[in-house]
Amino acid sequence: MADASLPTTALTDADAAHSAVRRAFGMSIGAAVVGVVVLVAVGLFSATSGAAGLPVKGVLGALFDWVPLIGVDSSLSTTQENILFEIRLPRLVLGMLVGGSLGVAGASYQGVFRNPLADPYLLGVSAGAGFGAVLALGFGLDLSWGPFDTVPAAAFAGALVAVLASMAIARGGGASPATLLLGGVAMAALFSAAQTYAIQQLNETRAREVLSWLFGQLNTTGWKQVGLLLPYVVVCGVVLFIHRRHLDVLRVGDDEARSLGLDPARSRLVVIVAASLLTAAAVSVSGLIAFVGLVVPHIVRLLISHSYRVIVPLSALVGAAFLAFVDIGARTLLAPSELPVGVITAFVGAPFFAVVLWRDRWSTT
Amino acid sequence: MSSVLTASTQGSESAVRSAPALSCRDVRVSFRDQEVVCGVNLELDAGHWLGIIGPNGAGKSTLLRSIVGLADYSGAIALGDGRVPGAADIALVPQSPIMPKGMTVAEYVLLGRTAHLGWLARESRADREIASSVLHRLELTAFADRFVSTLSGGEAQQVVVARALAQQCPVLLLDEPTSALDLGHQVSVLELVDDLRRTEGLSVLAAMHDLSAAARFADRLILIDHGRIVAEGRPAAVLQPDLLSAVYGTPLTVQPIDGELVVLPEPRRRTKPPKEAP
Repeated sequence: MADASLPTTALTDADAAHSAVRRAFGMSIGAAVVGVVVLVAVGLFSATSGAAGLPVKGVLGALFDWVPLIGVDSSLSTTQENILFEIRLPRLVLGMLVGGSLGVAGASYQGVFRNPLADPYLLGVSAGAGFGAVLALGFGLDLSWGPFDTVPAAAFAGALVAVLASMAIARGGGASPATLLLGGVAMAALFSAAQTYAIQQLNETRAREVLSWLFGQLNTTGWKQVGLLLPYVVVCGVVLFIHRRHLDVLRVGDDEARSLGLDPARSRLVVIVAASLLTAAAVSVSGLIAFVGLVVPHIVRLLISHSYRVIVPLSALVGAAFLAFVDIGARTLLAPSELPVGVITAFVGAPFFAVVLWRDRWSTT
Repeated sequence: MSSVLTASTQGSESAVRSAPALSCRDVRVSFRDQEVVCGVNLELDAGHWLGIIGPNGAGKSTLLRSIVGLADYSGAIALGDGRVPGAADIALVPQSPIMPKGMTVAEYVLLGRTAHLGWLARESRADREIASSVLHRLELTAFADRFVSTLSGGEAQQVVVARALAQQCPVLLLDEPTSALDLGHQVSVLELVDDLRRTEGLSVLAAMHDLSAAARFADRLILIDHGRIVAEGRPAAVLQPDLLSAVYGTPLTVQPIDGELVVLPEPRRRTKPPKEAP
């Protein structure tokens, strides 16, 4: 019987190896489904909460009615439909796009810099965008161009200038992750100083306006902001999604990555450019929303997987749901006035991050 | 043997015997103004094991790094067919591999497929089959779901060899692969590589610290000192006590034990005999 049992064990061993490999880097379908369900639930909750309470059934009806070829009586009044389609939904969708963008960009930055503390604002995007916004809001600098209003255009331009300057500095030092990071620190410091100086020159009303922009908020005028952000989300999102395996290869270090057939510098450049563009676009329509890009990838890493193949797409879902959920609080907690959503994300994010660090300390020692 | 693994090495068997798997012509590497590899010529015959020995800082690692494209060099490094080697031709087993936190063994072995993927960077069914047959072949199935960061030194080095094997390269480069391992694991990793060399037809180029192991596993040895080859040939020819003592800067003896050469430090001559305890 010993002879007969030998091939059987060999077969099961090969099968076991095969199923282990299939599990490897597997996008956890269950987690993705849960993510989508949570996102939809948050969306519905958001669409129905606010000063004008819209009924869930009516909202669902109106949404299905909006889908071509499906005719459903929405039971919402015209005013209610207007509130839903022109106020609630644009803001909800913008929140999801911004949250998803920051989540993906944060995950990408953490991968590229092999540093769990990296966030999308690392290379001076925030300081550059802030400086641009201060110039536009406070000094009436007019960069409006085509469909781009002056504040988003100025913030976008400032963010790109800061990132490009960081990368230019780092190239001089041979663009290793560490030099890039230091270049980012230098640029962020420079633009923050410029921004602080500029704010000091403003009168109180203007300064308040600038500060509330800096804290981040999701103010929408119809679908305009969504339209501005969407192209960046699509293009940069696809690029980052394709490069998520590169981020896994980079986890073994530049030398090994190269010996495995990856060009680390090239992958890093592509990912940084895409993530920075995405961040700059998000910041230009929403201001500086703190902690989403830092915390969201950590949540995914802690709960699901350390593989960027999972972290990158799931950070989009979790980031979208997180920011949409937090924005409900921003709209309703102090109604009729509004809390900057960036303040709430920081309030939620900072303690959470402390817990993550605490847990990490326990698990590594 | 698994047909998947041998697929890429058929070329080396059918190739004309005289064509080496890898050759270096006048390879020079400089850091700043200092030349650390000074005109090295070597040929690695297909299916053979070429050992590179020499003291720390002799240029062994730098030479290997230039072969896998990690160091800028002048001169020529070419495969048997004249091409400059890439990641689909030469797999590197690094001296101290990085074991990322939270990465499973199966995921780590799949990284070996990087050079074979298209621009979408997606593994195909064939890639996954290669990875699983490597795990099966190296008897690592039980480890497949473990995190690489939790493996012991010996297990980790086996997993790195598995990743190199999944790379399906006809040439395997080892950079002092056993320097962090205890004696038993040193031997088992080298035996594994030697076994793969014989069964899969791999060619092995290895920088080695342990001269006795070099004598045992390598067909030929190259002794490097200050970036230059100072001796080359069969182990018995290269492992000369006088030569080794001069290069390593300490008296060494070479003794045949059970038909194998063993290199040992010469017993220290004590000026005073130790006093015996009363």
